[in-house]
Amino acid sequence: MSASTTLRRRTLREPRRPLRDTDTGTRRLLAGGLVTMVATGILVVYLAPLAYMGVTSLKSEAMIQDFRAPLLPAEPATVEVDGEELDVYSVPLEGADGPTTELALLQPGRQVSTFVDPADPTGPVIEWEGNWRQLDPAYEFAPKLDNYEAAWAQMDFLVLLRNTVAIAVLGMIGTLVASTLVAYGLSRFHMPFKRTIFVVLIATIILPKFVTLVPTYALFFRIGWVGTWLPLIVPHFFGNAYNVFLLRQYFLTLPKDLDEAAAIDGASPLRTLWSVILPQARPALVAVGIFHFFYAWNDFFEPLVYLSTRRDLQPIAVGLQIFNSLFDTSPHLIQAGALLALAIPLVIFFFAQRVFLKGIDLSGVNK
Amino acid sequence: MSTTLPTRGGAADLVSAAPLPSPSPSGKPSSEDRLHRRRGRIGLWFSMPWIVGFVLFYAAPMAASLWFSFTDFSLTSPDPMTFVGGDNWVRLFGDREVIDSALVTLKFGVLSLPLTILVPLGFAWLLTAKQLWGRSIFRTLFYMPSVIPFVAAVLVFNGVLNSQTGWANRALGAIGVPGPNWLNSEVWIYPTLTMIALWGVGNAMIIFIAGINSVPKDLYDAAEVDGASTWQQFRTITVPMISPVLFYNVVVALIGLFQYFLVPFVLKNGSGDPGGATFFYSMYFYRTLFRLQNMGYAATLAWMMFLVGLVVTGLLFWSARYWVHYEFGDQS
Repeated sequence: MSASTTLRRRTLREPRRPLRDTDTGTRRLLAGGLVTMVATGILVVYLAPLAYMGVTSLKSEAMIQDFRAPLLPAEPATVEVDGEELDVYSVPLEGADGPTTELALLQPGRQVSTFVDPADPTGPVIEWEGNWRQLDPAYEFAPKLDNYEAAWAQMDFLVLLRNTVAIAVLGMIGTLVASTLVAYGLSRFHMPFKRTIFVVLIATIILPKFVTLVPTYALFFRIGWVGTWLPLIVPHFFGNAYNVFLLRQYFLTLPKDLDEAAAIDGASPLRTLWSVILPQARPALVAVGIFHFFYAWNDFFEPLVYLSTRRDLQPIAVGLQIFNSLFDTSPHLIQAGALLALAIPLVIFFFAQRVFLKGIDLSGVNK
Repeated sequence: MSTTLPTRGGAADLVSAAPLPSPSPSGKPSSEDRLHRRRGRIGLWFSMPWIVGFVLFYAAPMAASLWFSFTDFSLTSPDPMTFVGGDNWVRLFGDREVIDSALVTLKFGVLSLPLTILVPLGFAWLLTAKQLWGRSIFRTLFYMPSVIPFVAAVLVFNGVLNSQTGWANRALGAIGVPGPNWLNSEVWIYPTLTMIALWGVGNAMIIFIAGINSVPKDLYDAAEVDGASTWQQFRTITVPMISPVLFYNVVVALIGLFQYFLVPFVLKNGSGDPGGATFFYSMYFYRTLFRLQNMGYAATLAWMMFLVGLVVTGLLFWSARYWVHYEFGDQS
């Protein structure tokens, strides 16, 4: 049943009571504030793991294990007095519920402990009655930036970065060239089996890749490609259904008058593609390029399978997984490594967010 | 503009949107026909990369895969491969690990499929609310986790959900709820995997947003006059109107479920822990292929997955006629 008939059949309720202008204004403001607050709340929870990663990547192992420590990277504060390291505690000088003062512990005791003011260590000694063990240590902000250095070095991040970018860019060139040619063929020519070709093209999107993996792997193994980048790059030079579809949809929206004029002037189809279609299709080409870059940056299974024996050729996704399996007892380094791995995609996303947030218009899924 | 979604008729619907050659009148070919045929051949040449790629990387491997499933093919064995008849298939139907790993996939799917559809739908609804301030900023931020490489996302959640030091249990502890052992309990591991999956729903969300934005506004105006509440409008207008994109997202999520591998593999380093609860069908396939080097049986497992996937997607396409509405597809 269609939506509109359902509604029309619904009995009319009493018409809304007319409101004064200020009333509606206040109401709109309230509704806006409420919805925005709900959205912000959900967003904070949704993105909290990112904050966790950022904070943890700046901690030391001891800070992560310390339950009394605040969320931010911080370590128990100390102060040097006469060449001695003294721990700083929050001392409730005016009773258990009163405000606390940060004092350096001079003489610990069960009943009475003595402290000095860390700002004035030579000043008067302060006495406090109570067990010093029940005091909370004072923390000071101490981000460990060298975690990044350690993660960078342990992962061999520059090598991973070089491999990832090389695989991504070479594959991107392949898929751009091939998918453009195929999309041009499918969008501008009346050709035999066009319908069949297009149906099969779309069907390959749904095909699970495992069903072709065994023979493909065997083939690459026999021709000596396992342990090289070739299995990750060469297949993209034959185009990819999703990219062909995206480009074809875009080419179909371009007016045909210009290519017809070019054809009358004697331009070859290839020339028409190069100088008439491509300049108009820049947004779609950029989208395909960026999507492929992210695909390559994320791709895990194929590099895992084809480069398992070649640590020196692996991209970031696989390198990070191996790093995790080797350093799983050092969560701070793992989080620093994860942050390194996502920094570049995140920056590209913020610069090219329109491509992602509008990308679907290009692909025609919602046209 | 017309809806060009892979919808009820599947790929065929997409094709009908393409301009097709008008049938040529019978009789002697006109000069226009000859031009068409010449241009047709040119089009075919342009499509050659994909046609060759399809044969090389899809058609031939699929046929070879089927053939392998009747052999004892192995890359490491020095013996020539021999035909073993239906042995692999007989083994598959009695294989305890096939049943167990398929059940793991099913258990996860029952929880994660509805949520990876409903959560992005809810986000899309919230982010298209006309009351929301700063919609485009929210859209960017809600999409953001989806561009994070999945391996990195898994490691982040591995930290957040650590039962001792993670924020999740610290937050639960702060309100007096004892947090579960997210990562090492055979029960809680599925919510954990689902949470990680929910960090990748950005594309589904964007597709829902585009769908919601293309619903004609006058429908809502009419409903408003009738006094329908926001929820009623969502249920009786938005959902039926966007059922084609809903269907598309379900198909995409289902295909993803069949090939679900990365997250459990990275989270548990391929061990299948806790107690085999993350030993998905895809991981059994991976182990058979690369650890055991049993190519014949791996091909059988892959073909079984393909056949089950075909049946399930087939059922989904069949069911679409009952719940996917197209009559509005052309209004926008």
